[in-house]
Amino acid sequence: MNTKDRKKIAVGDSELAACPMTMTQKILTAHAGLPSVRPGQFIEARLDMVLANDITGPVAIREFEKMGRKKVFDREKIALVPDHFTPNKDIKSAQQAKELREFAKAQKIVNYFEVGEMGIEHALLPEQGVVTAGDVVIGADSHTCTYGALGAFSTGIGSTDMAAGMATGKAWFKVPSAFKFVLSGKPGDWVSGKDIILHIIGKTGVDGALYRSMEFCGPGVEHLSMDDRFAMANMAVEAGAKNGIFPVDKSTMAYIRRHKSKVLNKEPQIFAADEDAEYEKVYEVDLSKIKPTVAFPHLPENTRAASAARNIRIDQAVIGSCTNGRLEDMAVAAKILKGRKVAEGVRCIVIPATRQVYLDCIRLGYAEVFVRAGAVFSTPTCGPCLGGHMGVLAAGERAVSTTNRNFVGRMGDVGSEVYLSSPAVAAASAVKGRITDPSKL
Amino acid sequence: MGKVYKYGENVDTDVIIPARYLNIADGRELASHAMEDIDADFSKTVKKGDIIVTGKNFGSGSSREHAPLVLKLSGVKAVIAPTFARIFYRNAFNIGFPILECEEAAERIQGGDEVKVDFRTGKITNVTKGESYMAEPFPDFMHELVSKGGLVNYVKQK
Repeated sequence: MNTKDRKKIAVGDSELAACPMTMTQKILTAHAGLPSVRPGQFIEARLDMVLANDITGPVAIREFEKMGRKKVFDREKIALVPDHFTPNKDIKSAQQAKELREFAKAQKIVNYFEVGEMGIEHALLPEQGVVTAGDVVIGADSHTCTYGALGAFSTGIGSTDMAAGMATGKAWFKVPSAFKFVLSGKPGDWVSGKDIILHIIGKTGVDGALYRSMEFCGPGVEHLSMDDRFAMANMAVEAGAKNGIFPVDKSTMAYIRRHKSKVLNKEPQIFAADEDAEYEKVYEVDLSKIKPTVAFPHLPENTRAASAARNIRIDQAVIGSCTNGRLEDMAVAAKILKGRKVAEGVRCIVIPATRQVYLDCIRLGYAEVFVRAGAVFSTPTCGPCLGGHMGVLAAGERAVSTTNRNFVGRMGDVGSEVYLSSPAVAAASAVKGRITDPSKL
Repeated sequence: MGKVYKYGENVDTDVIIPARYLNIADGRELASHAMEDIDADFSKTVKKGDIIVTGKNFGSGSSREHAPLVLKLSGVKAVIAPTFARIFYRNAFNIGFPILECEEAAERIQGGDEVKVDFRTGKITNVTKGESYMAEPFPDFMHELVSKGGLVNYVKQK
């Protein structure tokens, strides 16, 4: 942080007593160079990272060129990740990936990750230290809200916003009001961040938090691993939210230290909500009462306990994605699949989200467990989550998936069905051939 | 004046333009698949100036700008809904595609109605039913964005 920025924040802090703010509002204030902000206010904020992938990137590049700029504002503050239809699934996808690659080369983009070293963007960027606490991040991908787990403000935007971000290093925002989720208790066996966020979306509905921040806090947070928090912040958009955010604690700082970028010179900045910050709604969530949870077709809000699923046979189980492709997700899937077999007639597809997770799966023996159980073990890709490749569904087929959306036609034919779950539920279901609570295995 | 296509709540971007077509760069070709998963005839019957009216949370899901873009390229003049998913809302303004938030209009207007829209005032006139409704006014900033012709020009003029 330079002296000028520090001064702006200091000015902000001195006025906070008069104008209490949420964690999100504080980060936005600091990045807008204002003494304070209020919900509904339009601001222009400085960006620490601007992200796009192989689908949204090419559109953004064309818009960037229309803006008449020759160079991006800062080649270290742009991340381009070909992860959706890669390794290229067909000729058209190859063309899009090529456009992204050539732009990255021409602009000397530092954070371009080629197939082989890449990963699913929202698992990759935190892992590589490309995003950190206190950042303002926009990404042309709706699950950009994932970095809220690190205590950053990050949100999904479209390609034109991405283009403007690349050109100017700034973006316009309407300052959001917030919902507060006070987490208490400790999650039980087989309950992960995914079950918690599905449970919460079941309460709010898919547009319950529309335009707002979801701020997670309370004594329960310390019982959540970083991988749990990433999965929860990741799905804030499925409640309609602008962002989801966690306070920065010991676990966050340990993660950030462990994943510090060797290339970028980034320092975390810690912001905290004022104690008297205003929230439109407060939800009390007792983590100890949450059960393994499944979202039934065709909305993430259609949640039920996995144990309440009565003989729902599956054709496919997908374990991976920007929600659940991290090492803990692989570990729990391996724990369940070890010494067991995927049920006859079920395709089980395991996709570690990054190269590092892939390497760890090999080192820890998970890769062999998956393959011996009869699962497919794939290189990182978003592929099946959005019906791209590596596991597209036919009409009448049903999948249990650790991804984040179960809309009509999301993973393939409009006559297919997706049930969203945690990796534990997906692995247990793969073994039984029907949706299964892992404790009943 | 335009004819109304009416859909339900939570029309998501996977329905507006399915991901399986996102490898297509050509706008016209993309537009030929608009809405096809809930309305196979849409792209064949939609005419320039037609209007989409839906239930709450239109455009939920992915950030793909292809969603408002295919509707714009299909000739759709505007979408009217009680609420829009936030990324779709941003994207629509950024590419200069008009949307209007109006619960009453979304409730009263039926598929096939002839409807007129005045974006300056936010007045929505249902010619078929002989009714009119007032949409939520746009914030000043959005007016500025639209008056400059979208975000590309807004950045250019800076």
